[in-house]
Amino acid sequence: MADSIPGDLKYTKEHEWARVQGKVVVVGVTAHAQESLGDVVYVELPKLGATITEGKQFGVIESTKAVSELYSPVTGTVVKVNDALADNPSTVNTDPYGAGWIVEVELSDPKQVDALMDATAYSNLLKSA
Amino acid sequence: MARRTPLNEAHRKLGARMVDFAGWDMPVQYSSVIGEHEAVRNAVGLFDVSHMGEVEFSGPGALETVNALISNDLARISDGQAVYAGLLNEQGTFVDDIVAYRFSPERIFICVNSSNREKDFAWMKEHAKGVKPVDRGDDFAQIAVQGPKAGGLVQRLTKTDTSKIGTYRFAEGEVAGVKSIISRTGYTGEDGFELYCAPDDAVKLWDALLTEGQQDGVKPCGLGARDSLRTEMKYALYGNDIDDQHTALEAGLGWIVKLDKAAFIGKDALVAQKAAGVKRKLVGFEVTGSGIPRHGYAIHKDGKPVGEVTSGTMGPSVKKPIGIGYVPAELAAEGSTFDVDVRGRPVPAVVVKTPFYKKP
Repeated sequence: MADSIPGDLKYTKEHEWARVQGKVVVVGVTAHAQESLGDVVYVELPKLGATITEGKQFGVIESTKAVSELYSPVTGTVVKVNDALADNPSTVNTDPYGAGWIVEVELSDPKQVDALMDATAYSNLLKSA
Repeated sequence: MARRTPLNEAHRKLGARMVDFAGWDMPVQYSSVIGEHEAVRNAVGLFDVSHMGEVEFSGPGALETVNALISNDLARISDGQAVYAGLLNEQGTFVDDIVAYRFSPERIFICVNSSNREKDFAWMKEHAKGVKPVDRGDDFAQIAVQGPKAGGLVQRLTKTDTSKIGTYRFAEGEVAGVKSIISRTGYTGEDGFELYCAPDDAVKLWDALLTEGQQDGVKPCGLGARDSLRTEMKYALYGNDIDDQHTALEAGLGWIVKLDKAAFIGKDALVAQKAAGVKRKLVGFEVTGSGIPRHGYAIHKDGKPVGEVTSGTMGPSVKKPIGIGYVPAELAAEGSTFDVDVRGRPVPAVVVKTPFYKKP
């Protein structure tokens, strides 16, 4: 929910988050996103080494009822994927900002994260929705 | 503006997530679809199904009138018994699927899908030879109480001996002081009841079931759990698995079609189809690859489209991705394999025996 938005992450209007660690960012979906999706039962991940593009689909997340596309907050190369989600997709529900992370991306241009929302802006977006 | 059942306010108080369903503002889930699904499999769940429609035929000849409209046979059951049936058109495909309640040969009560309520009533009015139907959809609310603990819960709230109400039988009585039709029917594969009452009494009945059911671990359940529960049983959903494009025989519902009874709409088409052979069939399948089948996905064999998924989900109790779909008859046997086109990716699947879920 809106009151649990971590202050140290960046956000997109499609409800993905990005944790910036130098040239690499960890990407996941927000608590608001998992809450709207309901019980997550499947996550389709990109392949290791794939190039993903800011604003473009890089995977799919499925709940009991709905299929939703995952949009990348950044452009770069996938350097790690959360394989544990294959066996425990519900981790996205229980720990969206932690063990429920989805991919790690090496940025093609580290400056691109400046364009993402901070926690305050994302919180305002949720309030206005 | 979506229509509201008498329980709309109660759902909102319970924190339900509401969605538009067939023009009705209905709860899709309260807490979690999987949690609600499991409550029904292991304890008891409550569903507001007041959006369903009701039609009544009363007067001499009611039974014969309805029997000419539906595929199953009301003459073979007793008063106090209900049957699942198809309301078919001349092609033997579905106008709707219904449950018909035989109060007496002169009073037949029919429950229809909410999405088809107006269409069904118009159809029945046009085709009924004899007794005319009365739309009673606004006279009833309906609450489904489903799960292994449903029997105990309902029994504690009524003086009617529910042990005498067998499967697909019903009685009139009072539950929690509310005049009800107590029907041992449901759409989940579990024991349970569907309680019909006056709209003004619905909140009283709902609250009493929730309160009394605390000791059973009762949960209010939404449309999400209703869908996953019925999919695990391979119960057909109108608009997904059955429609006016597929016949009752293709849908694997030959058991609700009594071809040896007097004429009914669709009979001739089905007799002809049976003689010629049914060329496509509705099957249940498990996905053996990685992916979840969904309504509308194509079914491929050797790279060519041959059929379509009509329902699919990750089965919360079977813990596997499962689906229902139409395939050519030669692919309908248990063990047959094909691919489901999951967003452009072929995912292997195998036809299995249904229901998918069997009581442990």
